[in-house]
Amino acid sequence: MTTTAAGPRTRRRRAFSKGDRFTLAMFIGIPSFLHFVWVWIPALLTIGLSFTFWNGVQLSNIRWAGLANYETIFTASPQFYDALRNNVYWLLWFSFIATPLGVLLAYQIDRRIRGHKIYESVYYIPVVLSLAVIGIIWRFMLGPAGLVQVLLGRPGIEEALPIFGNYDINTYVILSIASWRHIGYIMLLYLAGLKAVDPTLREAAAIDGATEWQTFRKVVLPAMKPVNIIIIVITVIESLRAFDLIYIIYGTSTGWPILGMLVFTNIYGQAASMLGAAYAVILFLLSITPIVFYLRTVFQDDKP
Amino acid sequence: MSVVQNKKYRDRQKRKDAVISLFIGIFAFIWLVPILWTFWTSLRPYEDIIQEGVFSRPDTLNFANYVDAYRQMEIWGYLSNSFLVAIPAVILTLFFGSLLAFVVTRYSFRFNLYLLLLFTAGNLLPVQLVYAPLFKMYIWFGDLVGNRNILYDSYIGLILIHVALQVGFATFVMSSYMKTIPKEISESALVDGASVFRHYWSVILPLLRPPLAALSVLMTTWIYNEFFWAIVMIKSDSKRPITSALGRLQGEFVTDFNLLAAGAIMAALPTLIIFFILKRQFVSGLTLGSTKG
Repeated sequence: MTTTAAGPRTRRRRAFSKGDRFTLAMFIGIPSFLHFVWVWIPALLTIGLSFTFWNGVQLSNIRWAGLANYETIFTASPQFYDALRNNVYWLLWFSFIATPLGVLLAYQIDRRIRGHKIYESVYYIPVVLSLAVIGIIWRFMLGPAGLVQVLLGRPGIEEALPIFGNYDINTYVILSIASWRHIGYIMLLYLAGLKAVDPTLREAAAIDGATEWQTFRKVVLPAMKPVNIIIIVITVIESLRAFDLIYIIYGTSTGWPILGMLVFTNIYGQAASMLGAAYAVILFLLSITPIVFYLRTVFQDDKP
Repeated sequence: MSVVQNKKYRDRQKRKDAVISLFIGIFAFIWLVPILWTFWTSLRPYEDIIQEGVFSRPDTLNFANYVDAYRQMEIWGYLSNSFLVAIPAVILTLFFGSLLAFVVTRYSFRFNLYLLLLFTAGNLLPVQLVYAPLFKMYIWFGDLVGNRNILYDSYIGLILIHVALQVGFATFVMSSYMKTIPKEISESALVDGASVFRHYWSVILPLLRPPLAALSVLMTTWIYNEFFWAIVMIKSDSKRPITSALGRLQGEFVTDFNLLAAGAIMAALPTLIIFFILKRQFVSGLTLGSTKG
């Protein structure tokens, strides 16, 4: 055993031929060039620009602003707090309602209840739809002459109740629509994790008289730790990234502001400031923690 | 004694399961209602609904709206734009991803882990952090070579940003898969004195078929459904992929919702078809990345 293990190691340490060195450089170099120039360099530039005033036209017009953009956001932009509040609502709703429902669904479907195959597919359908299509589909449900309007007794186009424009309920409506998709996504991820849990563990717990809830909490949940972390991270990142659905429902208007939209609407406007870049940096700072958690979870076996 | 207890337990469990199944079934139906309703709307003529209300018994049910949507909305053009972007983007992503996965798992360079970390983190960054400078860079590069639309407002620019963002995920999935392939398989190639390229092309690439299949299905749907970059980087309506074109069509056909319903269903069809035919690949692609095998 030792000889076979040592064999390839010494051989791999051999000097590469010129051709091989070139091939390896290309194999790493081309994808890395693309990734760094397209993703990391713009990201760093945004961070830099968030400390400047710039109208986005000529490079010579860039002026140092220090923290002025951030100050504007924190002290003079009520929109920012509205958006932050909506992102927090989104996060809370996903964390305490949508994600647990997806987990519960996965748990029940994994027990192979009658019809589990069909249910799995049905709950998963919204996940493969684009958010643009989802936005249109829900307009048919809630918008003028939509199914919900008919059920509320207002079938005509003129007499329709404004649902997306009603500030008392639109938060719940938007979050429900987002959950329609999120629940299936979480269900699928969790289902895959559950398949890896030894089924005899659960049976043993059940025969010992453990209730369903106890089995889930004491047997299944601890066995699923890596999947749990990934699901939490995905929930947080998705809540911060939210953009498409809001764009398709409200366009760039501020009907329901969220951080992702504020970056988009403020990037080159607002009296040649770089407010949008500062919003993007705030979004980035909020995303760092979940990203680091994710990386730590998936790379925990690879520590050098 | 345990047999009796067991039976009692099983009976109770069976009853409980029936209730749970019914409950989840009812919810599954509710889950489908929005899609069924859109489909139902798409089958009826506009006049029917205006004159008799949405809940009326339909006089006509046919695919006329689909024919009209196909003609008036030029759905086919947008659909082919989507594929012109998604297919090359997926192929390039998988190719680059397999190269990187090959290097980081078969050779022990010191930077391997850091490279993998940066690529994976890049995939998770909020896109809003990237887009404004990238947009400027596209314009700037275009002016530099004398053709402003070489990257901005072109398929190439859109494809490249998709590849740049997704290659991290592809690398991550393929490298976790490759760690399960025994190193001895590479040995014969090394003993034969095969070049790095041959080692990749003839030994490793054929072994990567399962994650390549899974990722190609998953990424095709992702890129097809992608929305943000398509609205930011594509200006000409004729070059728009279907998902971003829907935003405009929604405004233009806002009153003619039967036509819009047909358009939305057509836009959703490719991903639905892919999902139902290749569900196993789709699911394993997603889970390979999230749970590491």
